[in-house]
This record gives sequence, structure tokens and C-alpha cells, in this order.
Amino acid sequence: MDPNDLNVIVATDCGSTTTKAILIERRPEGYRQTYRGEAPTTVEAPFEDVTRGVLNAMAELEELSGRRILDGERILTPARGNEGVDVYISTSSAGGGLQMMVTGVVKGMSGESAQRAALGAGAIVMDVIASSDRRLPHEKIQRIRTLRPDIILLAGGTDGGTVQHVVELAEFLAAANPRPRLGSSFRLPVVYAGNVDARKHVQDLLAGKVELHITENLRPVLEEENLGPARDEIHELFLKHVMAQAPGYQKLMTWVGAPIMPTPAAVGNIIQRIARTQDLNIIGVDIGGATTDVFSDFRVPAEDEHARSLGGTTRSFHRTVSANLGMSYSVSNVLAETGVENILRWVPFDIDEGDLRDRVKNKMIRPTTIPCLLEDLKIEQAIAREALRLALVQHKQLAVGLKGVQRRRTVSESLDDGGAGESLIHMRDLDLLVGSGGVLSHAPRRAQAMMMLLDAFEPEGVTRLAVDSIFMMPHLGVLADLHEAAAVEVFERDCLINLGTCIAATNRGKDGAPCLQYRMTAGGRTRTGRVAVGGLVLEPLGVGETAEVVVEPAGGIDLGAGRGRTLEATVQGGVVGLVFDGRGRPLALPAKDRRATVVRWADALGAYPDGRTKG
Amino acid sequence: MAHGYTPGLRVAARTTLRRPRRLPLAGRVLVGQGDRVRAEDVVARAELPGDVATVNVVNQLGIAPGDIEDYMLKRPGEPVRQGEVIGETRPFIKWFRSQAASPIDGTLESVSKITGQVMIRSAPRPVDLRAYVDGTVAEVFPDEGVMVETTGAFVQGILGIGGEVSGQVAVAARGPDVVLGPQDLDVTLAGRIVVAGALVTGEVYRRAAELGLAALVCGGFHDSDLRALLGYDLGVAITGHEDCRPILIMTEGFGRMTMARKTYDLLAAHAGQRASANGTTQIRAGVLRPEILIPAAGDAALGAVAAGEPGSELRVGSPVRLIREPGFGRLGRVGALPPGVHRVESEAQVRVVEVEFPGGERLTIPRANIEVIGD
Repeated sequence: MDPNDLNVIVATDCGSTTTKAILIERRPEGYRQTYRGEAPTTVEAPFEDVTRGVLNAMAELEELSGRRILDGERILTPARGNEGVDVYISTSSAGGGLQMMVTGVVKGMSGESAQRAALGAGAIVMDVIASSDRRLPHEKIQRIRTLRPDIILLAGGTDGGTVQHVVELAEFLAAANPRPRLGSSFRLPVVYAGNVDARKHVQDLLAGKVELHITENLRPVLEEENLGPARDEIHELFLKHVMAQAPGYQKLMTWVGAPIMPTPAAVGNIIQRIARTQDLNIIGVDIGGATTDVFSDFRVPAEDEHARSLGGTTRSFHRTVSANLGMSYSVSNVLAETGVENILRWVPFDIDEGDLRDRVKNKMIRPTTIPCLLEDLKIEQAIAREALRLALVQHKQLAVGLKGVQRRRTVSESLDDGGAGESLIHMRDLDLLVGSGGVLSHAPRRAQAMMMLLDAFEPEGVTRLAVDSIFMMPHLGVLADLHEAAAVEVFERDCLINLGTCIAATNRGKDGAPCLQYRMTAGGRTRTGRVAVGGLVLEPLGVGETAEVVVEPAGGIDLGAGRGRTLEATVQGGVVGLVFDGRGRPLALPAKDRRATVVRWADALGAYPDGRTKG
Repeated sequence: MAHGYTPGLRVAARTTLRRPRRLPLAGRVLVGQGDRVRAEDVVARAELPGDVATVNVVNQLGIAPGDIEDYMLKRPGEPVRQGEVIGETRPFIKWFRSQAASPIDGTLESVSKITGQVMIRSAPRPVDLRAYVDGTVAEVFPDEGVMVETTGAFVQGILGIGGEVSGQVAVAARGPDVVLGPQDLDVTLAGRIVVAGALVTGEVYRRAAELGLAALVCGGFHDSDLRALLGYDLGVAITGHEDCRPILIMTEGFGRMTMARKTYDLLAAHAGQRASANGTTQIRAGVLRPEILIPAAGDAALGAVAAGEPGSELRVGSPVRLIREPGFGRLGRVGALPPGVHRVESEAQVRVVEVEFPGGERLTIPRANIEVIGD
């Protein structure tokens, strides 16, 4: 299909509960997202046909846009006048998304690479079984038997390395005789992406028991990860086996003009493309009801030693999914993982622990309710901070340099982290932080979304913040494969709501002492101000506006340019504005006056209607 | 969306229900279509493959994996006993002999020349599938199980803990808003499905466990007590596997919650009748709710009609329950359905409903925060 022929595009994302349809049209100024419709997803009984929800969502689009898209149950193509669309595309996470189990010989090496391959393909990783994990063989077999994943990724060993251990993993698999989650009549797909020398043995062991697919080793040598072929194979199997078993997907697959992608894979796709076309370091986070996905695409030192020594860089993309961190179905798990104290620290009023516990559990069992009272909203946003914070911690743990690699490191690399096994995510290098998911995108005040992102992610130096207006990143991720320019245009114009920019200290000073002073020039006007350590100041800087800022830190304070060094930057505004964050990193809440401090910070941004500063 | 999401919980005085009973893997169905079954009857049986034990014979004997077959005393398919030698070295001097023994009774399944690992599988375990509820076999799924159909009263809860039980319904709480003390329970309630009012405290639960109650059905339960009962914090609402007696079924939510009058009255009206209850809950895709089924006795079942889903159409006059603050747990009727979106206290712009309570008081509530309950 010639991308130039695409004038009207309809895209859906079939989520677990809602199917969201958007219309994208070519206008004189370029591609724009123009209308949006949604309907309950119909994968479950009594409908058991995903296309019902898709048709209902499209019917709502028709009503709103006045464009006729459907002829009965057929999508009209191509677009002619006010009828039809040129292409229909879709993503899906219905029925719990893609659930996988992966294996590796050493958990921190091939096991971690296998995990990254599965996550990159849009899967939830249910477990990593490794030769090196401490479970006994019969425990591993029992675990494999009870998991019932959609696909298993069997990896382990470098090419020419250990055969024995990877064959042992295949033996466990054969003994467990695992069954797929959906459909009882077909064999479980298993992707083998381990040591090439073990292929024959793996084939002998698993033939007839599973649907075995062999692909290139994802860790051919310790120094290299080769995740592409395994990811592609997973995508292929997702369509052929997993999707084909889900109710109605056989029909849906005949409607689409591009392969259906797992929702997280599509979000990763658009984030990667934006990062690379605009040369930005990006973190995207999607906090849902059940899970929180974090995506990052960063410039990192080149793998090649010579190129690295010359300052060369390459790009590194990672996705993680925190399978039980979310704001409704998993809200209670956030409480379980972080502890009541960590949530209470963000709550700006007195609340009994028992009361908080009951409220959280009631949200879990009535996941579709929304906070009507301001107090309830504040509690939900306190929980969201912890869910986001934990999801980032988990992301940083997996977005690391390859472990097990012997590398010659320059002096500066030795002083900095970023070597083997160290996180590749450095908040001071972050250019753009994009938040998505109801609690961020639908926060009654945008300043609340800004506060949640600042408190949870603690960006350092200069960082632009935005939220995905209506969660259209999945749709744009599939579109990017068909027409990258259109996807990027819509992303910038309609997908993102720029919140503004934050300039934050990367270290801490003494509370109340001077932190920084600034001068900002925007629209020919100059403003100056000071921020104390522990303080937060918001300067107005609207959508589409930019400001030249000169920020002088107090001695010892580092704004990303070095201790005591002046920072000069051009920054973008947004619906919230420009935030000077003198609270320091890591962010610490004082034991004394904690509640008053949380209120003061919220007031600085006009986050709540009961604050001193009205938003 | 055109309407609020009003999931509702079913509370029906008379309905026909079908409960699929499926084995975890292929097995044998023991009943036929049209047979009458009681809750405790076994309707199908399967044999679960036994657990696998592994023995790394090459490590134990100090030999190369490729040579393992030369040292094995047992071959794949042969039965072995726990402690029985399955492989050994044969040195010149017997004193230096190394042996590998089976850790379990079972059958030798495989011998690997690559890893030197030997797998032994224990005997299959029989799994009995019970009918769960008194009723009739409406359908047989060959080798898989049956569909049991029953007619009677039906109550869905919001969250349960523990699996399937059966027993007579008994009422311990004199009203839906009553909070029981441990002294309110006695031995006559052993083995019963007990209606326990607005709140079951941890103390009451422990007393019920001592007395051997089958189930406690209550408006609410405190999360702190649940944590103490389970020994962990319930992270997601996926339950049913807990090994606890009595099972617990909450009809309203966490905290002290007056049980909906209709639920209480329905259960109370069936005191003394046989019932089946299941705490299994899954609040995710493929939602499962805990339930109490009270089959109608004998021929009273004839002529019953299938009950539809709970009313999800929101109309002026629809009876509703508030499922979040403000007014969590209160019951009222839809007074008005204002069009468009409205701003509520949290400043969220949402579609709302005006709920009218007995006495004329009115509250404006997000439509997402109510559920329609049947008349």
C-alpha cells in the first residue's frame, strides 16, 4: 500500500475492557486525529467475538464524525468523499494480552536477554526459569506445568557454549508437557533461541510435544544481544496461534490492512520512532488498571570499544511491564508491594490505616468507580505515585548493560555508571517524559499529572513532561509501520498534551538554604526568581511558548551541568508551565511537617481546589 | 460512552442456572444426561500425571553423560521404588562403588545422554469432580465433564475467600445491619452456610472456624482482618484457592457494610434449606463472582424461567446501590439522569446520576459509582 494513498485511517485498540477507535484524516496542515469512539470489548461471554466491540466503536465514530465507515459489518474502503476509509489497523491486549514464560541458563545473562526479548515483543513475562535459579528441578517442572502461558521462549547458552544446561531446560519442558492458556486443541508454541549446538537435541526432546520454532540465538556471544529474530518469531506466533484462538480474531485479521500488534509492542514502536527521529531520550509510562508499562529509548555509549572511546553513541530501547502494579484491579497490590507508610507519606490529611486499607480494597473490587470526593482523588494519586515509582525501579533493573561482559572501560565510564549490569537509565539525560493511563491523562487538573510524574520519576536537570491525551499511542504505533511520517505528525499535534518543563537539582542541599536563582525570558519579557532547597516554584509558560532560561545553582547544587555551574537552556511551556524544583534528589519527605510540606508542594502548582493557590 | 458501567450483582428469588463442571484434563464422566445429582456426588474422574523427580545420575556416579546408559540398572518405562538403586558404577573394588537411587516411587520416564539427568514420574493422582450443586445433568461433555442445571434462589457476592462448600442456610444475624459477636455463634451452626449481618470481625471468624461453620455470608469484612486470616495482603481479586473453613462471602465490600435488604431477606427466607456456596472470585477479564445457590426442593423447580443478567439499563426509578463514597453502600432510586457531563467535588467531569433516598434526600453521583440492583 502506497503511504501517499492514505487519507483516511481508522484504528482500534482492543483493550481488556474497552475498544477504542480513532479516526485520522489528512488535512491541509497534515495528518490529524479528528474523532474518537469507544465501546465495551466483546471478547468475553456472552458475545465472544471481538469484532462486535470493534463495530460498536466504529459506529460511535460514524455518529460523531458524520462519515459512513461501515456497510453492515463490512468496512468501506477506500475513502471516497464522506464515505469509507483507506485502511483499518488495530492493536490488541484483550483477554489479558500476550503472556509468556522464558528460560535462560544464567538468570542475569541469557535469562535477562530472553526476558527483554519477550517484553520487547509486548508480552507479560510470567516467570523466568533459569538453570541458575535456586528452585529444584521438580519445582521448575511443576511451575512450567501450572503456568499455562501463550508462548514459551526457550533460550540459554552462547553459540559454542554450554549444551548441557540448555538441554536440561528442554528436558524440564518436555517433562512438564505444558498446555497453552487458550484453546485445548493445539500445541503450545515454543520459540527456541538458544545455543545453536543444542538445536538438534532440543528438537529431539520437544518434537511432538510442543509447536517448536527455531530461531537465531538471542545471546550468540556474551557481548551481544540479538533480540530481533526472537521478537519477530514471537509476533508471528502471536498472530498465528494466540490471536487465532481468541474469539473473533480470525475475522478481525481479515479486516486489517497491517498485522494486529500487541498493544504494548505498538506503544514501544511509536516511542522508539519518536526518540530516533527527534534524537531524544524518552521515557513513556502507561499506568493501567492491572499493569504499568514503562518504555525507554536512550542514547547510550556505543558497543564498539573504538567508537565509544571517541564518544560515539548508539540507542537502546527497553520495555518492562509491572504485571501487578495498576490503579484498579491491581491497586491493592501496590499497597502490598510498597507498604502503607509509603502511600500515607503522600496523603496530605489524617487517615486511619484501617480506613485506607478498606478504601483500597473497595477500589480493587469495584475497579470502574471513580473518585467523586477530593479526599478520594488525593488517595488515588498518592497510590499512583508509588505505582509509578515502583514501575520505574523495575524498569531500571532490567534496562541494563549486558551482564557477564568483560569490557575495557575508560576512566570517565568507571567513574560514571553505565557499564555491564548497570542501569542505562539516567534521569539527568532524560529529555521527554510521557505519561499515559487514566490516572494521569484524566486527572482533573493537569498540574496533578505533573506532580505525580515529578514525585514518582524524580527527573533531574531539564526535562519536558507530557501526557497522552486519549491513549492513542497504540494506534500510532501500528500506523508507524504503514506511514511513519503520519504517525509522528499526529503524535506531536494531537497525541501529546505538553504539561511543560521541569528544571530540577540533581542532588540535595540543606533544607531552607538557597538552591538556585533563575532568569527567564519569554515573549520579550524577563522574570527572575529564587528557589530554596525543598522549594517548588511554578512560572507561567504556556503551550507553544518557549523561554530562554539562565539558572545559577547555589554552591554545591548541581542542575545537571555540574556542581555550582550555571545552566542555560531553551525550554518549552505547556498547560502547567515551567517548574523549578529545588527539592533535591533523591526526593525525601521530612518526618516533621510532612503533611504541611506535601500541601505546600501541591499549592505551588495549584494542584488541588482546596489549596491556597487556585488552579 | 452512552451509559454508565453498572455491573450489578445478581440476587434472584428464582432462577435457572447452569454450572459447567470440567476436569482439569481428559478423564471419565460417571453420570449421564438427565441424571439427578446431589452436590457431593462425583460426576467425573481423571488421573493427573504424577509429579516428576529428577536424579542427576552422572554427577552422583562421576561418569560422562554420554556413557550413562552403560551404568543404568533401570530403563525408561520400568517401575521403581523409593530408595531403589537405578544406576551404579562397577569398579574392580566393590568398596568404591557409587550408586544413584530413586527419591520416589514411580516410573522411570527418561534418561538423558546430554545432561545425565534421569526423570522419574510418580503414580498418577486421581481427581474427583463433584456436582457442587443439587440439580440435573443437562449436558455431558465427553471425557471432560458435565453441565449441571438447577433452579432456585441465587445470590452473588462481591468478593469471596475459599472454594466450594455445601450445607444448610442458617441466619445468625437478626438484621442486615447487625454486627455479630463471637457469643452469637454456637455448635448448631456447624456445617452451615451462615448469614452474618453487616460485618464479620476477625474474632467472629475465628470462632466460626472453631465451630466448623461451612460459610459466612456478610456485608463486609475489614481488610486488616483479611490480612490476618490469609497471612498476606490480597494483591489482586483472584481467589478461591485458599484452604480455609469457613469460606467467606462478602456481599457489599470492605468495612462495616449493611447487607442489601433484598439479599438478607432472600437468604433468611431459605433458612434450613440445602445450599451450595463458592467463594471463588476473579475481578478481571472473565469475571467470576462468589455465589450462594439454594436449589428449590423437588418439583418446585419445574416451570422456572432463566433469569436474565442484572438490570444494567439505567432509568429513572431504577433501584441502585452506591458503590463508592459519598454514601457508599446506601440504597436508593434513580431520581434523574442529567444529560452531558458534570463537575463533581474532585473536579472530575463525568456523567452523573441523581439518586433519591427514602425520605427524599438526593445526591449527585458519578454514574460509574452506582450499580443497578434488581427490584
